[in-house]
Amino acid sequence: MTLNHYLILSGILFTIGLVGVITRRNVIMILLSLEILLSAANLAFVAFSRALGDLSGQLMVFFVMIVAAAEVTVGLAIAVVLVRQTGKMGADELRGLKW
Amino acid sequence: MNHLFFFYTLAVLLIGSALGIILARNPVYAVLSLVSTLFALSGLFVLLGAYFVAAIQVILYAGAILVLFLFVVMLLDLTPETLFKMKGGTLKLAGTLFGLFFLWQFAQAVRTFTPFPTSTTSSVAGTTAAVGKLLFTTYALPFEVASGLVVVGIIGAIVLAKKKVP
Repeated sequence: MTLNHYLILSGILFTIGLVGVITRRNVIMILLSLEILLSAANLAFVAFSRALGDLSGQLMVFFVMIVAAAEVTVGLAIAVVLVRQTGKMGADELRGLKW
Repeated sequence: MNHLFFFYTLAVLLIGSALGIILARNPVYAVLSLVSTLFALSGLFVLLGAYFVAAIQVILYAGAILVLFLFVVMLLDLTPETLFKMKGGTLKLAGTLFGLFFLWQFAQAVRTFTPFPTSTTSSVAGTTAAVGKLLFTTYALPFEVASGLVVVGIIGAIVLAKKKVP
């Protein structure tokens, strides 16, 4: 099992997440797709960590998870406020700054 | 041989459930597919010898973040027409084409990838002891900064969620 297998798998996962971010309209689905993107990056980090014999890649995964947790917490709070105030969830409908 | 079998099983599970996330019409199913994706990814981390990362993947992601997602999806009582329609056909087509192009470029990059000299001195095992030692010596400052980020996230979520509707 070589490094390239894991890198290709990570690339496929990243592509799926990217397509999800582009094609989905709902804020929650966009956040879920962002989780896929971060997971793909994590897989590449761990694969390189194994190939190079260096544990720093796994530390980076740890930090990525912390950033993902903070991002999801604030993002979902914003989604809740958005639905409470406008009743809509679409990313297309966020035109509050333009009047 | 065993390694190969587990790799392909987990890879198929990973890709299948990731496709399930972006294709699901019901958000609850999408979140549950994400749980399956993260468990498959955790299995791949075990195959790569990153045991600590695999454990916190299950505990932190599948345990905490996904429960948060599920709570929010269930709290927001979405009416059916705001529920998860795909964008228009042209944008869906454009997104898929862009994804295929990206994947093709990525495959080219990996295929022409010159293998760098890997360290054969020691096969590192990402046990809790090894990762923890590195975390509290070399990466002590980023660790503290990360705790600050988490505090900012908590305070931000509380401030946003407590806001009264005018």
